[in-house]
Amino acid sequence: MFDSLSDKLQSVFKNLRGYGKLSESNVADALREVRVALLEADVNYKVAKDFIERTKQKALGQEVLASVQPGQQIIKIVHDELVNLMGGTEPVSVQFPQGNWLMVGLHGCGKTTSSGKLAKLLAKNGRKPLLVACDVYRPAAIDQIETLGKQIQVPVFALRDEKDVTKIGRQALAFAQAQGRDTVVFDTAGRLHIDEDLVQELVRLRDLVKPQEILLVADSATGQEAVNIAEHFDKALGITGIVLTKLDGDARGGAALSMRAVTGKPIKFAGVGEKLDDLEAFFPERMAGRILGMGDVVGLVEKAQEAFDAKEAERLQDKIADQSLNLEDFLAQMQQLKKLGPLQNLLGMLPGMGKMPDLSGSEAQMKRIEAIMQSMTREERRKPELLNASRRTRIAKGSGTSVAEVNDMLKQFNQMKRMMKDMGKMQKKMARKGALPPGMRLPR
Amino acid sequence: MSLFQKFRAGLKKTSTKLAGEIKRIVTRAPRLDADALDELEAALIATDIGIGTTGAIIDQTKAAAKKTGQVDVFAIARAEIARELGVATHHLNKAPQAPTVVLLAGVNGAGKTTTTAKLAHLLKGQGNSVLLAACDTFRAAAIEQLKIWGGRVGCEVIAGEYGSDSAALAFDALGAALARKSDYLLVDTAGRLHTKQNLMEEMKKMHRVLQKRLPGTPHETLLVLDATTGSNALNQAREFHQLLGVTGLVVTKLDGTAKGGIVVAIARELKLPVKFIGLGEQLDDLQPFDPQQFAAALFSEPVA
Repeated sequence: MFDSLSDKLQSVFKNLRGYGKLSESNVADALREVRVALLEADVNYKVAKDFIERTKQKALGQEVLASVQPGQQIIKIVHDELVNLMGGTEPVSVQFPQGNWLMVGLHGCGKTTSSGKLAKLLAKNGRKPLLVACDVYRPAAIDQIETLGKQIQVPVFALRDEKDVTKIGRQALAFAQAQGRDTVVFDTAGRLHIDEDLVQELVRLRDLVKPQEILLVADSATGQEAVNIAEHFDKALGITGIVLTKLDGDARGGAALSMRAVTGKPIKFAGVGEKLDDLEAFFPERMAGRILGMGDVVGLVEKAQEAFDAKEAERLQDKIADQSLNLEDFLAQMQQLKKLGPLQNLLGMLPGMGKMPDLSGSEAQMKRIEAIMQSMTREERRKPELLNASRRTRIAKGSGTSVAEVNDMLKQFNQMKRMMKDMGKMQKKMARKGALPPGMRLPR
Repeated sequence: MSLFQKFRAGLKKTSTKLAGEIKRIVTRAPRLDADALDELEAALIATDIGIGTTGAIIDQTKAAAKKTGQVDVFAIARAEIARELGVATHHLNKAPQAPTVVLLAGVNGAGKTTTTAKLAHLLKGQGNSVLLAACDTFRAAAIEQLKIWGGRVGCEVIAGEYGSDSAALAFDALGAALARKSDYLLVDTAGRLHTKQNLMEEMKKMHRVLQKRLPGTPHETLLVLDATTGSNALNQAREFHQLLGVTGLVVTKLDGTAKGGIVVAIARELKLPVKFIGLGEQLDDLQPFDPQQFAAALFSEPVA
């Protein structure tokens, strides 16, 4: 999501790495480019200016000029400052206090969808949520939240012909109490932060329901306006946090930095997709890592750990070693890879992978290969040598592919097997020669 | 309230703030030293007009300062922006034979459905018959939303089931428009992020299917952009344009403090005209776009 910014900073630091020693002028040069990159990423100009000032002070100190790898040092300083700006090294601890949650924001920033996602998350964390439809302006807003409520099986409170949100709020609270719902999420209408009348309506609702959490929902693609929006809503309502939405797009997300900097309020949640599960806790450190082109390696490792079974991997390793790898294993491997989510998202988490080739083609290819394997009998997968012409024709028909594709797939599998065999041999040889310590295996 | 007044009122709050800022910089350092230029650059960037246009304005300001020693930054900025935005093209393409098909596309929450309704209202007011197609079959209650608008505007809405194929619906709606001899068919679509390959393919399919039903359609593909969006709007425009051949932009929510300056960057790179702007929540808040007015409203000198 911060791809273009990481590209920029990466090129900045590539130049920086070229110097033997850092002079004041090349620190200034590098930081100037960092500033442009930040501005291009929609970081507010005042926030960017402060950021550069602070970083400059640190960079020009002894620690950098005396250090062995000045380039690395600067990267660290910029990284640390970015983390600072977005809320510190601790991942934002997400708590789900019982009581009332108020969702506010501009039109179209994703309040209703986020409310639905949040209610689902609350239910998952042992709360009994109630959704309250307080958008009395937009046509069909009530229908929207009722549909969402049905999808996530959370009750929705709405008063169809009532335009007074405080009345709705009061009745909703009574309803929640009567129904034993302990956490109430108020979805409000989108409004401009400068629309005094509508903001006052929110203030009245706040004073009535005394929310534990007041979350400002904001689009991650917001430009320089982010600062005004966050400041206004915070001043009027005293927000407790920010929900950053549409982070699955390619917005550079400078707004995240700006809003955090001007309000001092944490970004608590990140909306990362259209599904109702796609609301996550916000990790400032990971975000900063992405900005600097370090990639979200932590996130990737976590994902991989979740999806991969260590024992299974061990077993595969042994199979490769004694060359008994068959199509059954291949299929299992592929299905595990699929659990990690779309390839595109996965590669995006790797450092230096900001600009990605379009991988949707290979994803389709993978699907076809999987279909071919699933059209085989278990016996055939275990002993691919069984596959004669007539079996191959059957498999092609069953998987909706062609015999040629089946052949290609088998050829690839055999090549892979041979390659692994060779690698195994090489490993042994090298181990004998002492190039690799005995017992050390090639990475999985 | 005249159109210009309304537009100015919408942009006023920040335009004066920004203008004040620029005025302050120029008054303090009329010779525009390096620091002042830096500050000026930052103030310009705060309008989201993009680094490219900002650079052009700064260069011209520098050149003018060197030549005459006296610069009118406002005039330079206004001229540059009006130039980059090109000539006003705020009419919709019209098919030689009815119906004229208009497709509205954009990311989630840009304001497509509301814009569809406002556009229908505008066209009806000009004496046209308008048919609406609710092709957002994904978002909860999107169909109801358009139906309510249709009722208010007095337009029939062609709708299907949630989760149904939006392209098939567009195809049917075009058939209905032909049968009813409607002057305009406005196709509202589901919001989609431009980075989602599969959803963009769906959009392309809709385009293809419309062409199949009636060659030459859609006559107009409007990309709806939220004025608060920053540099990402350029990515959005680039992707949608590459895929669909966007014919014009609609900038919504310009009644806030957001300046929508990003359209300047889009016009600069993609040469896409802004056709309409949305200035509020009322049906008649959709207004034709005028580059001169836009530039003037962005950079008008504060009244002392």
